[in-house]
Amino acid sequence: MPLLRPQLPTGPHYGILAEFATPTDLYHACERVRDAGFTRWDAHTPFPVHGLDKAMGLRRSPLPWIVLVMGLTGAAGGFGLQWWVHADAYPLVISGKPYFAWPAMIPITFELGVLFAAFGAVFGMLGLNRLPMHYHPLFKSKVFERVTDDAFFISIESWDPRFDPSATGKLLESLGARSVELLES
Amino acid sequence: MTAEHDLVALRPEQPTIPPEHPWNRLPVIGAVCAVLGIVVCAILGMGNPKQFFFSWLVSFLFFLSLALGALFFVLIQYASQGGWGIVLRRIGEITFATVPMMAALFIPVLFGLHDLFSWSVPGAAEHDALLQWKAPFLNIPFFLIRAALYFGIWSFIALLYYRGSRGQDVTGDPRVSARLRRFAGPGIIVLALTSTFASVDWIMSLTPHWYSTMFGVYFFAGSFVGFIALLSVVAVAMRQAGLLDTVISAEHLQDIGKFLFAFMVFWTYIAFSQFFLIWYGNLPEETIWYRARMEGSWLTVSIFLMAGHFAVPFFYLMGRAVKRRNSTLAVGGAWLLAMHFVDLYWQVMPTLHPEGLRLSALDVAAFVAVGGCFVAAASWLMRRQALVPLRDPRLAESLAFENV
Repeated sequence: MPLLRPQLPTGPHYGILAEFATPTDLYHACERVRDAGFTRWDAHTPFPVHGLDKAMGLRRSPLPWIVLVMGLTGAAGGFGLQWWVHADAYPLVISGKPYFAWPAMIPITFELGVLFAAFGAVFGMLGLNRLPMHYHPLFKSKVFERVTDDAFFISIESWDPRFDPSATGKLLESLGARSVELLES
Repeated sequence: MTAEHDLVALRPEQPTIPPEHPWNRLPVIGAVCAVLGIVVCAILGMGNPKQFFFSWLVSFLFFLSLALGALFFVLIQYASQGGWGIVLRRIGEITFATVPMMAALFIPVLFGLHDLFSWSVPGAAEHDALLQWKAPFLNIPFFLIRAALYFGIWSFIALLYYRGSRGQDVTGDPRVSARLRRFAGPGIIVLALTSTFASVDWIMSLTPHWYSTMFGVYFFAGSFVGFIALLSVVAVAMRQAGLLDTVISAEHLQDIGKFLFAFMVFWTYIAFSQFFLIWYGNLPEETIWYRARMEGSWLTVSIFLMAGHFAVPFFYLMGRAVKRRNSTLAVGGAWLLAMHFVDLYWQVMPTLHPEGLRLSALDVAAFVAVGGCFVAAASWLMRRQALVPLRDPRLAESLAFENV
């Protein structure tokens, strides 16, 4: 689903960016934004803030299911390929073993299971995060440059049903934002 | 901001078994089981001593491996300075504090050396080149010296850590943690060597012609899974019984579940690697052991072990929710505990019954006897102290532990 919907809000405004001075301020602000019922918003921090996912009310990622399906596909594919090659397509007696010598197929089955699961994890993560993304309106903001240094941000996107340029900005200010900025698309 | 940085403290009534609690009766129940088991063993064992010795060996190895698994677990926690598991450490400490008692439970095995170990029968090596070659290692005096050495070393490590941790309950001295941490690294190495040799002596040498270079790791892997399975069952049982129910959280259960899953897979990896190389190389002195387990009803047990010790728990324990709920984690733990017993049974019993699986009442009696002693000793120790290391410097961290 995230893959199919457009990556960024359409319309004149991307959304509102609010800067917070400390992780504590951000954490509590996230709880309030969550409780206000916003759905299309994000938090940006220079380092992982423990428990922020709960404060934001994030649902659990579907990534484990992608990894499981990919892992099983890889394992089944690896086993099936060897089965077909050794027992059907090119039946050769190797080291006096039967054509279908399943123990010999386990290492490759395991390796392909791990390989595909890793592909699922990496590319699934990129897909769910809608990466790579070559343009993002947040980078127009001057203060947002400090997101990798010492500042903490909440961005609420304009296509959120509860978004209102002035009311949302006031809400963020009331939550202790150091600065609030309306960003163009 | 987050719970991690808040200092969480125990309430004084939390970490002990209250006076009228039903768990106070466990030592008596265990002792009654032990006496009953020993009496039945004595009666049935008179008629069939060989079966008795093998049944006793399996049950002895099962409970010993749980104690050794606990010793590994606690030493690894110290060596890695793990914080999350501090609230669970006392369960491990109580489990491995039974090691000196295990030495006493080993005595019946000594009376059955000739019945258990064909190499120990006088004259066994006379017309057997391989046994002659192995005789400098596989002879009764050296076997006894080694057994005494294992139990001496294990008891020393066990009591060092048990006493250290309990002493810290009183003094609260953080240097105890530092001292035990310094000893943990070398301790793990010593433990790995002794448990390897013990498994060679007590399991591998049942088939004295057999060669396998992986058996020690296989025994360790099984022991570790066994203890983590026991830990999950005990942790859940405690929560259900109202002990540590507010101390051990779903977060701790999830980490036990992760350990259980990981070492179940590790056991599979080692078990398969041992089989795979022997199967591929196809050398007679290596394949004899597996050949006995790939015929008749032992093959059924082998397949059951592959499914029950790997395939089923692999999918069962994979999910997050399963590891966080009392009931589901305990089911997984109890299942793997049973599988660990099947694993040891499958390692030992084909020597006695090469023709196929022959269950015996003595299997049950020996299990009840050894298990009764184990439960009695562990629950007796539980009553005498706090159920968590009260003044470990990392206790607050462990109480507040959360998975990311």
